[in-house]
Amino acid sequence: MEETYTPKLPLIGEKAPEFEAPTTQGTLKLSDYKGSWLILFSHPADFTPVCTTEFMAFAEIYPELQERNTELLGLSVDSTSSHIAWVRNVEEKMGVKITFPIIADLNKEVSSLFGMIHPAQSKTETVRTVFIIDPEGILRTILYYPLTTGRNMQEILRIIDALQTTDEYNVATPANWEKGDPVVVPPPHTTEAAEARVKEGYDCKDWYLCFKKL
Amino acid sequence: MPCVSPDGKPTPSGMATLEAVKGGASTPKEISDVTGQPLFRVRSGLRELVGAGFLEMSEDKYLLTSEGKNVL
Repeated sequence: MEETYTPKLPLIGEKAPEFEAPTTQGTLKLSDYKGSWLILFSHPADFTPVCTTEFMAFAEIYPELQERNTELLGLSVDSTSSHIAWVRNVEEKMGVKITFPIIADLNKEVSSLFGMIHPAQSKTETVRTVFIIDPEGILRTILYYPLTTGRNMQEILRIIDALQTTDEYNVATPANWEKGDPVVVPPPHTTEAAEARVKEGYDCKDWYLCFKKL
Repeated sequence: MPCVSPDGKPTPSGMATLEAVKGGASTPKEISDVTGQPLFRVRSGLRELVGAGFLEMSEDKYLLTSEGKNVL
């Protein structure tokens, strides 16, 4: 029977694997981003329609991400020359300047490390992945989209806001939370704390579901 | 942007980094503040400039080598 090697993929809460890769802005290591949040994302290929709309959308939110101490790093299994030609084309034809770096992962080294190639979709192209990595290099969010579905930039911004709010205030964020909305107070872990919780002045629906404004 | 061109000479980004070090900036953060380049790009550029012999590291600080001084 043929044996196949399945690498262990990084999971949420684990250290993101270090890499060094050629990009449109020189050779970069993951550790070059220490101290910043990083959105590492893959796209199937340069000069393709959905990817072009995504890159323009990423470029549009890049200033908002930078205000949140967050950098962008793209990736596909294309050459640096292809990336440069595509980025120049997007600027020339669409009027959008792509100022963040893009990894040229021709040997699939980084895409393999992060599980970006899903063979049932394509053996040669990466699916649309998003890896949100915190300033300490810990993987905090993983999103996978199929080849045919472009990503939602507002959701990516919302996740960054939610993660940073969680870190700053030790709270959780409820469904459909947007910055400024009430947050969820972590539930108590003892009966004594549960009894106390409802008297603590939060907006409590019950002892395990309490909200507060920040 | 790369700090060293294929012919081994510092690029404009590389020169800006070397100028910043000459001016007293010696850590990636200080160089980023002086040049306005993002920290990730400064770290990458510093690696290239050290590899090309224009900078050296001493106790976590970047210093110009004689070759680095010569190109300024």
